[in-house]
Amino acid sequence: MMMNNSLRSQCKALPGTIIKGKWYKNEYKVIKELGFGANGIVYLAEFGGQEVALKVSDNSMSISSEMNILKSFTKVQGSALGPSLLSVDDWVNQGVTLPFYVMEYIKGETYLDFLRYKGTSWSVVLILQLLKNLSLLHQSGWIFGDLKPENLIISSPSCQIRCVDVGGTTIKGRSIKEFTEFFDRGYWGLGSRKAEPSYDLFAVAMIFLNSYYPNRFTKKTDGYSQLSQAIKGKKELKVYEQVLEKALLGKYSTAMEMRNELLAAANQNADRISRQQPSPSRNMRQTQSRSRRKQKKGGLLESLLLVVLISFIYLLYIYTKLL
Amino acid sequence: MNPGTLRQILLITDGCSNHGEDPSAMAAFAREQGITVNVIGVMEQDVIDQKGMQEIESIAQTGGGVSQIVYSSQLSQTVQMVTRKAMTQTIQGVVNKELQQILGRSQTIDDLPPEKRGEVVEVVEELGETAGLEVLVLVDTSASMTHKLPTVKEALLDLSLSLNARMGENKFSVFVFPGKKSDVEKLLDWTPNLEALTKVFSKLSPGGMTPTGPALREALSYFKKKRSLRSLLSNDDEQFFEESV
Ligand SMILES: Nc1ncnc2c1ncn2[C@@H]1O[C@H](COP(=O)(O)OP(=O)(O)OP(=O)(O)O)[C@@H](O)[C@H]1O
Ligand SMILES: [Mg+2]
Repeated sequence: MMMNNSLRSQCKALPGTIIKGKWYKNEYKVIKELGFGANGIVYLAEFGGQEVALKVSDNSMSISSEMNILKSFTKVQGSALGPSLLSVDDWVNQGVTLPFYVMEYIKGETYLDFLRYKGTSWSVVLILQLLKNLSLLHQSGWIFGDLKPENLIISSPSCQIRCVDVGGTTIKGRSIKEFTEFFDRGYWGLGSRKAEPSYDLFAVAMIFLNSYYPNRFTKKTDGYSQLSQAIKGKKELKVYEQVLEKALLGKYSTAMEMRNELLAAANQNADRISRQQPSPSRNMRQTQSRSRRKQKKGGLLESLLLVVLISFIYLLYIYTKLL
Repeated sequence: MNPGTLRQILLITDGCSNHGEDPSAMAAFAREQGITVNVIGVMEQDVIDQKGMQEIESIAQTGGGVSQIVYSSQLSQTVQMVTRKAMTQTIQGVVNKELQQILGRSQTIDDLPPEKRGEVVEVVEELGETAGLEVLVLVDTSASMTHKLPTVKEALLDLSLSLNARMGENKFSVFVFPGKKSDVEKLLDWTPNLEALTKVFSKLSPGGMTPTGPALREALSYFKKKRSLRSLLSNDDEQFFEESV
């Protein structure tokens, strides 16, 4: 859902704008816009020679609520549950008071962009990472809620997945605060909107689907059989059919359970591929692997010739010895 | 704080009323009695009816609620969002009143330093999750709404799904206008979930005038009837949200 237009113009800050906090007087220099959504605009800004991300909104409720969540994350030891919270303040822009908070800037690409550049073979790895993060989040009593590719950033250069936008993050047991239809099990008729691990795990399965259906799709009549068909429709997904189906039906009660089974399926799949084509660098992009296959054919011929030649010399050797 | 019950009327319409009293006046009348009126305007993809939009906004404003114009394809997400937003708004109003009593000035949540604000928001969220909620849904079934009704049904089922994930108790009732014999007709009596709606909705025969004002008036009286019955059974914490609106 888009933010109201007038609100969007209120929170608008061009590159170079100085956002000064009303309470703590810190000055943040806007570098560029990183993105916007229903709850505000996020800017990349500079503060004390460091890059930070700054979220401005017209809604102090949602900003304060996100601040509370990020704050509670910092209490979880040595974790990267969300971007770390740096400061909270108000910006008075042309007489209008706009609440904002400052957080760690997570440099990288969002999930779908990353797959577009690097290839979809990354999807399983990223999903495994995501499940590990979620496990930690769930253990601390939170459910992410609005899990979707736009809220996942793959940080560079380590290629680690990070969740941003805690606007939908909900205390376990309450009702999900914010969601996006495609990733919401309620929309597909496959469960409640109660905040529990299986709610997030459904969304994880849908993110996996979204990797191979980048344009998404809308619900026809029977949500479940439609999603089942979608999985069967892509061979990259079909490999993980069992795991995905279980996640869609809410059969996993913890993220780790799903992760273990996904990992097992991924290993099986990797073994199968190795057996099919025993090339050490088979995971390269398609064009490259095609040219390599040609090379391989040439290589095979070469070694065959070599074997024939050696046997011939050997035969010759025995022959001379016998004489 | 003891969560009482929040009362809302959710009006789903596509535009101009053309019969009976001014709907905005009725909305203001509802507000006086602690009932919030929210309005969702369902539009065709490219028909923007200025007069209809004005009416929609005005009803929500005088009814102390939230309004939103949507295309039918986005109805589900909007219905639950509007309802939640209105709940938060009402609770925030209550909390603001309490703050003013404590701080003795015209302080609101937004005047507090950011850290303190966080504590207040926690209370507001907790109340929103645990408070009882009564939503009277009022659906415009005049001729122009005919082909939007299946989407309205979907959106209402979706609403009950969202709200029933809350810890607090929910009650829904559904009315349509115009009714067969009168301005309004009851479709569904107070119930915790809207599944029964699927059957009754398919039997609807849309058509006729758009008596939005009278419909609001009657919906209100239905709320009151229920409440006077309840007050006989003397339930005190029910008063919590009403007094403070
Ligand atoms: N800490 C961060 N570092 C880098 N980029 C970020 C950060 N936080 C947010 N972004 C980018 O900004 C975009 C919008 O931010 P965010 O999702 O918080 O806004 P929103 O208004 O809550 O959106 P939504 O409509 O999803 O609720 C994100 O999709 C992400 O790409
Ligand atoms: Mg977002």
